[in-house]
Amino acid sequence: MRISLAISTLLWLIMTLLDVLQVLAVRSDVDLGISPIVPVLIIDFFFVFVVLFYRLRITKVESTDFIDYLWRVFAIGLIATLVSLALGLFNNSIADSALANNPFLEEVLYSIRFGLISVFLVSTFTVWKKLILYQKSKRLVIWWNVFEGVILLSIFFNLIGGDLQTNDLFKILFGVITLMALILSANLKWVAFLNFKQKWKSILLILLITIYLGYFFTSIYVPGEETMDILKSIDNLFIVSLFVFLLFYSIFSLLVILFNLPTSSVFEKKMEEAINFQRLSQSIQQGENENQIFDILLTSSMSAVYADAGWLEIERNKQGTEESEIRRKNLSPTNRLEVIEQIKVSKQKYVLKNPLSKASEQDQTLILFKKSNFRSVLIVPLIIQEKIAGHMYLLNELSDGFNKEMINIINTFASQASISIENFRLLGEALENERYKKELNIAKKVQRALLPVNLDHNDSFQIHAFTQAPDEVGGDYYDTFRLSEHKFAVVIGDVSGKGTSAAFHMSQMKGIFQSLVQLDLAPDEFLVKANKALSGCLEKTSFITLSYFVIDTEHKSVEYSRAGHCPTLFYSSQNSSAEFLENKGLGLGILRNDSFKNYVFVNKMTFQKDDVIVLYTDGISEASNNSGEEFGYDRMKKILTDNAKFDAVSIQKTFIKKLFEFCEDKNLNDDYTMVVIKFK
Amino acid sequence: MLEIVQTNENNYISIAVTGDADASSSIKLDKGLRSAFDESHSNIIIDCTNLNYISSAGLGVFMSYIEEINQTNTTFVIYGLSEKVLKVFGILGLDQLLILKNTKEEALVELNGL
Repeated sequence: MRISLAISTLLWLIMTLLDVLQVLAVRSDVDLGISPIVPVLIIDFFFVFVVLFYRLRITKVESTDFIDYLWRVFAIGLIATLVSLALGLFNNSIADSALANNPFLEEVLYSIRFGLISVFLVSTFTVWKKLILYQKSKRLVIWWNVFEGVILLSIFFNLIGGDLQTNDLFKILFGVITLMALILSANLKWVAFLNFKQKWKSILLILLITIYLGYFFTSIYVPGEETMDILKSIDNLFIVSLFVFLLFYSIFSLLVILFNLPTSSVFEKKMEEAINFQRLSQSIQQGENENQIFDILLTSSMSAVYADAGWLEIERNKQGTEESEIRRKNLSPTNRLEVIEQIKVSKQKYVLKNPLSKASEQDQTLILFKKSNFRSVLIVPLIIQEKIAGHMYLLNELSDGFNKEMINIINTFASQASISIENFRLLGEALENERYKKELNIAKKVQRALLPVNLDHNDSFQIHAFTQAPDEVGGDYYDTFRLSEHKFAVVIGDVSGKGTSAAFHMSQMKGIFQSLVQLDLAPDEFLVKANKALSGCLEKTSFITLSYFVIDTEHKSVEYSRAGHCPTLFYSSQNSSAEFLENKGLGLGILRNDSFKNYVFVNKMTFQKDDVIVLYTDGISEASNNSGEEFGYDRMKKILTDNAKFDAVSIQKTFIKKLFEFCEDKNLNDDYTMVVIKFK
Repeated sequence: MLEIVQTNENNYISIAVTGDADASSSIKLDKGLRSAFDESHSNIIIDCTNLNYISSAGLGVFMSYIEEINQTNTTFVIYGLSEKVLKVFGILGLDQLLILKNTKEEALVELNGL
């Protein structure tokens, strides 16, 4: 870039020197021996290097600010004009002195002017190129390259000589270039991207540039008054072509910008809408909250439809009370109430079908008032997760202030805002759910720890337990305790209901068992005390069923009481048959007073080798298959009779296997627990 | 699914319970019973002829009214329990605390007998 600048400056100096020398030579009749082609070539190369310089310079400064480009051209033009004017003044001021008609001086001055004008022309040309090629197509680029090539070639046309007035080839080429310039001048896409203010600036700058062009043209080719020629012969195809092209494009631009002025506000509006739309859709990522989205919605909607005022009514369910939140703009609370009153009595209501929704309450309403500050009201429902989450009211002082276009835009805004808020809420819910899941997992672990891993027993019997809950936590409970060397307490229980509340009651039961069992109570006593303890802390509709066993391996006896729990299944090896132990009882927490003791009883029996006791919860006996049939007592009896010869673990495994077979693909929806005791 | 239909007769309130009384629908059952008890009528009969299933939560609802029945001297009779449902009531011991009858006639006899 610098090299081309230096070379062009050097060439210009040589050119000036040569001119002066030539004048000198003519004066003194001395043949310099320089071919006439040489100065012409120097001029041509000067042009070439100026063009090169500007090409490099403009590509280096990559900017989309058109005003900036125009300003640069204007500045160069200004300098050129000022210098040119100053030279003119200088010429006038010395008009009377000896220097007045000094050909050397004239030559130098002309040369300076010529150089400056060339620089201005070339710089304008480069900028115009930039403008024309804004948002270029492939075809346009080809056109331009051809044009630029022809223009550059025309630099060397002066080697051939001839001028516009006399040479036909000159005329033809000039005509061709003019035609191409005309066609290219139609590319004015950049104008559309100027805003209103920029358009005015551009008009001013281009107008000044056009004036410069006119001035320079006259200063080169229209001679002063004192010369007799009407026009100095136009001898440089390059310069004149440039002039024509630059002038064309300037005038075209001026006219187009001028005619674009009235519509530029529409274009700006559309751009603003697009930006607002983007803001609405992006707002979530920026971590904004719902209110900010609502504010953006209201502001952008109002500006999109030129609304004078408006408000958002957002329904929020805060602890059951349905109170709507109001976000107003350009409107006082009393004015809002007035408008609402008017909406109620207005007869001019138009329902505008929302093409995206089916329900009628999701349609927009347009209301016109006759006498009011506001003549038209547009009510837009905001639909979030298929429910009406609020309404947007837009007010306009003009009657019929909302046209179809505006309503469409509002539709898009409203739905985009709804989507943003919906996403925002869904994200929140997802996070919340994730948290609950974690909490439940912790609860599951804690509850697992409440059930014993090792069950107390001695060599006289095997004991094995199994439990499963469909939810993370359940209400089934079993436990054991070694009362003495030969005495063991075994308990199984089921809390009414399922899930978390059942799990809490189950943990209470564990606490009660662990404290009462140490008192070594008779089974009925244990139940009475447990009932009393639970009475104070169970929910009103909750109860716990329990079976309590005391196994004495020394006397080979079992004492048991039942508090509303499923009847225990007992296999007698002597009879080779299984039976349910029938006895009366009442669930814990059903009677929360002293009369409870009238409903619990102690039963006693003895056991022999290979007898089996199966304790279970109703999740097993009441499990049903797809046809609604219950697993039932008869099946359980049969399974135990058939499998009593196996050990406790196998018995339990067979039971659960048969249970799953029975239920097939139907999921068990209750907690189910089984404790198998086999005597040895 | 559970449906509760209340009809007020001359000297008693009748509540027909239809469907399954499980954990979720037991709230509905409680509401139905609550509104009947709030009328402070001394005779309430529950028609469970079409009650297919009752879970522990459903039993809990009936259980929670036992105290109120005793305190207010309400005659509270449940009738028409299917064999399956009756068995559930029996295991828990509720048959000892609530009056369970097979038919409406028996239930009405119970009311008038007092």
